[in-house]
This record gives sequence, structure tokens and C-alpha cells, in this order.
Amino acid sequence: MREIGRFFSGFANRNGLPVAIYLLVAVSTWIFVLVILPQLTMFDFSFRHNLPPPKIGGPEDVHTLEQYRYFVMGNEITGGGVNTLDIAVLFKTLVAAVFVTIIDLAICYPVAYLLAQSSEGSAKRLLVLALIVPFWVNEILRAFAFRILFGATGVINGAGMQLGLWDAPIDFIGGNVALYAGLAYAYILLMIFPLYNAIESLDRNQIEAARDMGASWAQVHRRVVIPYAKPGIASGSTMVFMLTAGALAAPQILGGPSSLWFTQIIYQWFNSGGNWPRGSAYAVILLAICIMFVLLIMRVFKVSIGEIGR
Amino acid sequence: MTKDITLDHVSVSFGDYTAVDDAHLTIAGGEFFSFLGPSGCGKTTLLRCISGFQEPSWGEVRIGGKNMAGVGPNKRPTALIFQNLALFPLMSVADNIAFPLEVRGIDRKARRKRADELLELIALPGQGDKKVGELSGGQKQRVAIARALAVEPDILLLDEPLSALDLKLRQHMRRELRAIQQQVGLTFIYITHDQGEALTMSDRVAVMSRGKVEQVADPRTVYDQPASSFVASFVGENNALPGKVLESGDGRMVIDIGLAAPVTVAAGKGRGRKLKVGEACHVFVRPESVAINGDGDINRFNATVIREEFEGQVRHLIVKSGETELRVTQVGYGNGASGTGASVAMSFAPELAVPLPIGHLASA
Repeated sequence: MREIGRFFSGFANRNGLPVAIYLLVAVSTWIFVLVILPQLTMFDFSFRHNLPPPKIGGPEDVHTLEQYRYFVMGNEITGGGVNTLDIAVLFKTLVAAVFVTIIDLAICYPVAYLLAQSSEGSAKRLLVLALIVPFWVNEILRAFAFRILFGATGVINGAGMQLGLWDAPIDFIGGNVALYAGLAYAYILLMIFPLYNAIESLDRNQIEAARDMGASWAQVHRRVVIPYAKPGIASGSTMVFMLTAGALAAPQILGGPSSLWFTQIIYQWFNSGGNWPRGSAYAVILLAICIMFVLLIMRVFKVSIGEIGR
Repeated sequence: MTKDITLDHVSVSFGDYTAVDDAHLTIAGGEFFSFLGPSGCGKTTLLRCISGFQEPSWGEVRIGGKNMAGVGPNKRPTALIFQNLALFPLMSVADNIAFPLEVRGIDRKARRKRADELLELIALPGQGDKKVGELSGGQKQRVAIARALAVEPDILLLDEPLSALDLKLRQHMRRELRAIQQQVGLTFIYITHDQGEALTMSDRVAVMSRGKVEQVADPRTVYDQPASSFVASFVGENNALPGKVLESGDGRMVIDIGLAAPVTVAAGKGRGRKLKVGEACHVFVRPESVAINGDGDINRFNATVIREEFEGQVRHLIVKSGETELRVTQVGYGNGASGTGASVAMSFAPELAVPLPIGHLASA
């Protein structure tokens, strides 16, 4: 707190009081009104009963663990026992998000490396532009484009069958290929840029030195580039994982008939289920599990939270 | 056992730009050889050709008689020490030194043993577990050398490794580098723009300018008998006096350099070039070769002191005679003459002047 005070007075001295006050108001509005307050409201919501509007604020409106109990134990009317259905969906969502993160990392690392270390000047700017521009197309449109691409009569099946690679249409949608492709593509920039930033600041001489000392390319990456880029890898992976686990549009549009994303369950509780407290509880569960998972992985790979901010 | 390095008419071009223009020389095994030149003269490009990071556009690089074309940097018997050393900041000192062994699949224990031996050699025993960031500039320097020596290369290539150090440390490291070179008996190829480094450490020096090797010789020869006006003006301080040859006779020439009388210079005895009558030239006279109030009769002229620069052990006088300005250096207080405006008699011996055809000079 004292550090923030010192920063503020220093900032005010350099830039004038009005600018400093604007900064203070803008940042605190952002943090408290847009970030903390809604989360707190949701958090509070998740500990309440689902009551009809007239009863809200009445004597029955008390805090309860009912919504969380439901996630673990299921509905007592349907017989109780462990709520395997929802837990399995959450688990599957996390596994799928990890999978998408790994795909993105595998695709982005070479791209970021080449972009950062090999290309220069105008070629680099052009490449970055080529990466960014496709993201002007909005998410829904992109998802539907992927559906068309991967559909039974889609471009890929059409081309594959024309070339005689396979003779019956492959069900990319049912096999979730379209979903993984769509998700991997949706957040690819969030992986590329942290990686690119991390690798770009690596002194090229280090790579040449390692080469000169007899290291193969694999060894150069394993011992020099990857350890150096670790904060970038962590930061990119965290963002991709979090956003994938929390994605809704892509699973909704590209998911196969049998696949259910945890966010879709949350959405159902809020929307068709009309049970906001339960939806809130599920959202809190997703957030908490994701944060714990990320912290655990960071521990395994020995990355501190401070490094991600670099 | 040690391998000669031959640059056989090596040229390197980047588009229209010629970075190295027909470098042709042989470096003997076990030699301390320097490439000296201002930045942009092509010396680093040449070093990259030897280390394998750059393929020559023409000509070939041979190490121990073997053509190195297509042989990658990791397959050559060379080890390169980078200008910024390129130590790996995330590894310990010992891991840095042992890195070349690690990538060759040598087991941890043997690696550590070799690293400790090398730490002994560079006088940093027991410092293997430190982080690179905890070392001083000079220590990092030595670690970089140890790392380069780890796999016993035949040739050590050094790209201005001392340029980041302060003066005292640089002077110390010069002696140390030379001592290490003599101890391990390897060929050192040293790139520098600092003539002090090149002259003190090297067995031979190649002076480069604009992509061309201007002269290859031992340091004394480079200093006393520069082969071109660039070498004369780049190595050490020199007065470049433009002139015109009046007489060119047996072992001596008479040249008008704008002083009251033409000067006589020795020619054809290793110093400078024998020139034709009427040819425009530069006569190079070192500041320390000019005697003040000396007793020489030849090349004697009067001049006025226009500025004095005191530098501790030496004193520079900038004097003017006619339209010609000269820089004269004296040790201590020399022969007295001092003070701006003082009139002094100067002279220099004919054999201390080096006449060379007009060529490009080193820019100050």
C-alpha cells in the first residue's frame, strides 16, 4: 500500500495532479467496479437459494452451500449419490483445455522463434500483420466458417474425397476435430505474442555460442531458448488454458452432439434453467479449479507468478 | 598437431556491399594472430567465415588443409568467444563451462571434473556453483575462455572480448590472455579495433580497412614500416604530410611537404615506398620521431607552438610551420621548449620518415 502511495505521489510530481487523479480514478474504477465487484456479487449469489423474485431479500433468503452440494452430490430427488455427470464434464473440459494449450504451444513456439530470431524489418512486420488481421473476423463468424470447413460436405471432406484420400465423409464435428481446431485457432495470438516477446529479447549470440560449442538445434532449444522463454511460455499457456476452459461460443457451434463443455452447463443454469445461484456456483467452481490447476502446473515447472508479469 | 588456417582469396558480399575483399593469408598453428581495423572493416565477417557462421561468397577457408565449405560451426575445430561473451545467464558457472561437454553427451561427473580443472586454469577455483551474474567483468571474461577451452579446440576465435572492460582491467586481461595462450599453446585469432591490444598481444597482425587486408606483419613492422597510408595513419599516431616528390635517387628522395625547405627521406630500405619524381604522396612522421632543438642538420625547420596538450607522462605539442601542422610528442618535459607561441627548431631523421603513395587515411 505504501509503495502504491509512493508511486502515486511520484507520478503526480512528474505528470501533474489532474493526470494522476485521472489515473487513480480510472484504475480503481476498473479494478473495483469492473473486476472485483461483479465477481463478489457472483460469489455471494453462489451461496444463495434459487428463490422467486418476491422472496428475494425475505426471511428465506439466507446463505447456503446447497449449490455446491449439488455439484458434488447431485439432486436428492433423482437419488443422490455423486454427481458424476457434471464432474465428468468439468474434468473433460480441463483435459480438452490442456490439450488445446499443448497444440497451441506446439504450433506457436516455432512460429514465435522464427519471427523473433530469424526475420527482420519489413518481413517481420508483414508476418505480424498476417497473424493479426484474420482476428478482425469475429469469433462467431470464425466458428461457423470452421463448421463449414469441417462439415460432412465441407471443404476438407470435399477435397479429401476428390483426391481419393478417403471415400466416405469423415465426421470431423462428431470427432471434435473441428472443436479443437477452432479453439486452438481462437486463442493462438495469446500464445504467440508472449512467446515472441520472451524469445525476441534473447541475445542471438547465446544461440550462436551454443551452436559453436557443438549443440544441435534440439539442444539449443532445450538448454538455451526454452529456459529463457519459460515465463513467456507460462504466460501464454495460462491465458490459452483459462480462455479455452471458459470458452462458450466455439463449443456451442463446433462441439459434436456428444460433447458438452462445462461452460455450456453454466450457461444452461443461467439461461434455460433459470437458476442463477447454481450457475454462479458452477462458474466459481470452474474459476477456482482452473486457478488451482494453473498454480499447480506452475509449481511443477518452477515458474513463479512474478515471472509471468515480465 | 596444431592446424594452419588458410584464407584462400576469401571474399564476402552482402548484395552490393563487399564486406571482405579478397583476403588471402595463412595463420600458423599456435600463433596469436590479430585482425585490426576500425568498425565496418570486415574483420568480424572474416572471423565468422573462420568460425562457420558465414560462408565466403568466393574463395575458401581451410583449417589444417581441409576445406571448411559446408562444415557448420558446431563441426569445426574452432571455439568462438563473443564480444558480449554470451554466457548463459540461467546456468551456473560450472554448467556454462561444461556446456560443450554436455551437448556431447559426456556424463555429469566427468563434466564437473573438467569444469573444475578449467576453473583452476582461469584462477577461479571453487566458484563453479556461482551464478554468472555474481561474477565481475573480468571473471566473466575468464569463464568465457574456460568454456571455449572445454572441448580442447585447435583454434580460439575472440571477437573484441575486452571491449566492455575498463582500461585497467583491459590491460590486465591482455597479459592474462597472452599468458593463457602460451600456456595452452592454441592458435588465438583475435579481432579488435584497439591497436594497443593488437600490438601488445599478437605475434602477427593483419590490418584491415574497407574489407581489404592492408598489411600482415609482426607488430613492430606494422608500426615502423606501414605498407599503406591507411596502416600508417591507423596504427599509432602519425603526421600525414601531403607532398610531392622532387628528386628520387639512390636510397633517398627529396619531397616538398610545404615546409620552408624540401625534406629528405630514406627510401627503399623497408620504410615506405620508392616513388617517382612528380608523384603526389604522403610523408608519415611519427610525433615521437620529431626532435625539438635537436642537433640534427637534415630536415631542420622552425615552427611555432600553437597548442600544448599535457597527458601526464607525455606532452603533445601542436606546431605550425608555414601551412603545415605537426603533432610532436615529448616524454616528460623534453627539451624545454613550451608555451603557446614559442618558436622552436625541429628536425627528424630521414630514416624515420615514411613516404607512401596517396591512399585513404584512417578517419580520426
